[in-house]
Amino acid sequence: MKKKKPEPGVTRRGFIRGVGLGSGVAGAGILETEAAAAPAVQVVGPGPAQVTLKVNGKQHTLNLEPRVTLLDALRDHLNYTGAKKVCDRASCGACTVIVGGKAVYACNMLAIEAQGQDIQTVESLSSGNKYHPLITAFVENDAQQCGFCTPGFVMAAKAFLEQNPNPTYEEVKAGLGGNLCRCGTYIGLRNAVLQAAKQMKGAANG
Amino acid sequence: MQAFEYARPSTVQEAVSLLGNSWEDANLLAGGTDLLSLMKDYIHTPKRLVSLKGIKELEGIRKSAGGLRIGALVTLEELLRNPDVRKEYPSLAAAARGVASPQMRNMGTVGGDLCQRPRCWYFRLGFGLLAKGPNGESLVPSGDNRYHAIFNNRGPAYFVSASSFGPPLVALGATVNLVSPSGTRELPVEKFFVAPATENARENVLAPNEILTEILVPPAAGVRNATYEVRQKMALDYPLATASVALRMRGNTVASARIVLGHVAPVPWRAQAAEKALTGKTLNAAAIEEAAKAAVQGATPLSMNGYKVQLASVAVKRALEEAAQART
Ligand SMILES: Cc1cc2nc3c(=O)[nH]c(=O)nc-3n(C[C@H](O)[C@H](O)[C@H](O)COP(=O)(O)OP(=O)(O)OC[C@H]3O[C@@H](n4cnc5c(N)ncnc54)[C@H](O)[C@@H]3O)c2cc1C
Repeated sequence: MKKKKPEPGVTRRGFIRGVGLGSGVAGAGILETEAAAAPAVQVVGPGPAQVTLKVNGKQHTLNLEPRVTLLDALRDHLNYTGAKKVCDRASCGACTVIVGGKAVYACNMLAIEAQGQDIQTVESLSSGNKYHPLITAFVENDAQQCGFCTPGFVMAAKAFLEQNPNPTYEEVKAGLGGNLCRCGTYIGLRNAVLQAAKQMKGAANG
Repeated sequence: MQAFEYARPSTVQEAVSLLGNSWEDANLLAGGTDLLSLMKDYIHTPKRLVSLKGIKELEGIRKSAGGLRIGALVTLEELLRNPDVRKEYPSLAAAARGVASPQMRNMGTVGGDLCQRPRCWYFRLGFGLLAKGPNGESLVPSGDNRYHAIFNNRGPAYFVSASSFGPPLVALGATVNLVSPSGTRELPVEKFFVAPATENARENVLAPNEILTEILVPPAAGVRNATYEVRQKMALDYPLATASVALRMRGNTVASARIVLGHVAPVPWRAQAAEKALTGKTLNAAAIEEAAKAAVQGATPLSMNGYKVQLASVAVKRALEEAAQART
């Protein structure tokens, strides 16, 4: 770290801040230069810290380094392998899960940041041989070819239909704008979402 | 990515005190959509991340007589859904809509969008912001520069400013508040973005221990505004060229105009010749045509991006056509 000369009128505290990290820190930060005086904010890591995730209604407590993404936590630590790791750069949608009711890219969210929120993965959409209408609709509309992008599309579609229960084709197209399918099954995908919308509404009305 | 410490303060003051004096010390984490990618590629290797997500004072959109206040943590989706934004600031709504991925709009914040790093592929591949090769010269002029700048591109910077919100905010005359240990400064968005002159400088004036807390947009009453983006793909990619316009009208006459191009220069690019061409004119097809031509006067395209000149001109034309139809 480069040292800077204190400017005139800078307090000792300010100067120390100038040569290192600020001091509003409690815990064993690796970078502090001065014991904590005022606001104590907990600093965790770089080693493992306790992280509690609520996935599909179930609480899991893990010991994770802060750098572990939600996607890696789900896949490698909790064995929810539905969400896929493809680009790992928020650019393809294969890792889409629903956090706090919103579709997000699990690859670019830290697991530690997903605490305290409901996390839904594609695994929540079937139990035994009971399937969510979206799953049936994907099968019936040939909405996949290789299938690798499918879980991400299904979760993006689920979040979309919760906001837009009665969408037009154009709205579905825009609603799936965060996901890519290299096999090019977009027509089937959009039709599947339209079919699921009808069935889900039917179910709600019935 | 490199391991790091993590802290989640609940006030701006706490957050500021957790930052350091160098970018290697600590980085701010908002939605993470850009930062975590940079860290996975070891372009950013901070020892600490300071999450902004626990700071309530950074949330929310508020309209008052003084204009619109947008908290740095407001997501692109919140901005897009806000009724005041939709009604009075169509140029901002268009920029948010242009980020066509719902997941990106749910995660990405307006503050993070303004502070995101350039997409220049030399930068993203580790050649630094100025894309220097082994003998210290920029790789861009003789390399693949199809997405690089056509204005203000005589070096050392050739990248284009990445934020879709830069141009409309500059056109609307917005300011940002930046908070550091030494206090708060309010800066026009136009002064926030800079073309770096050295490898240690950045594409904006933020210091490593500074937080962009909010964006203040002047009242839109009587200001016709619009943004038009030219994109190659409909989603999951950046625009090729954009134009944002803000026109103050006197009857059918343009009393004053701000015309700002996006993705054509290292900063949101004021097309001053176009502004001048339009001022005092009746807002009709001929005046719009003339302004669209003037907007790209003086462009200096590189070997592979001459196509952007026409796209930028068309973007100005279409943005002005939209503004001409607006009712405000
Ligand atoms: C495939 C793809 C397409 C995209 N298309 C577009 C597009 O068309 N137009 C567009 O504008 N963007 C586009 N984006 C970028 C996206 O909008 C940004 O990544 C997002 O808005 C950044 O917000 P964030 O909250 O996730 O920021 P983060 O990733 O958390 O942070 C980004 C940077 O800003 C800093 N930062 C964040 N908040 C603050 C703050 N309050 N004060 C100071 N520094 C801060 C961080 O330290 C970091 O360096 C695209 C991204 C991808 C991956």
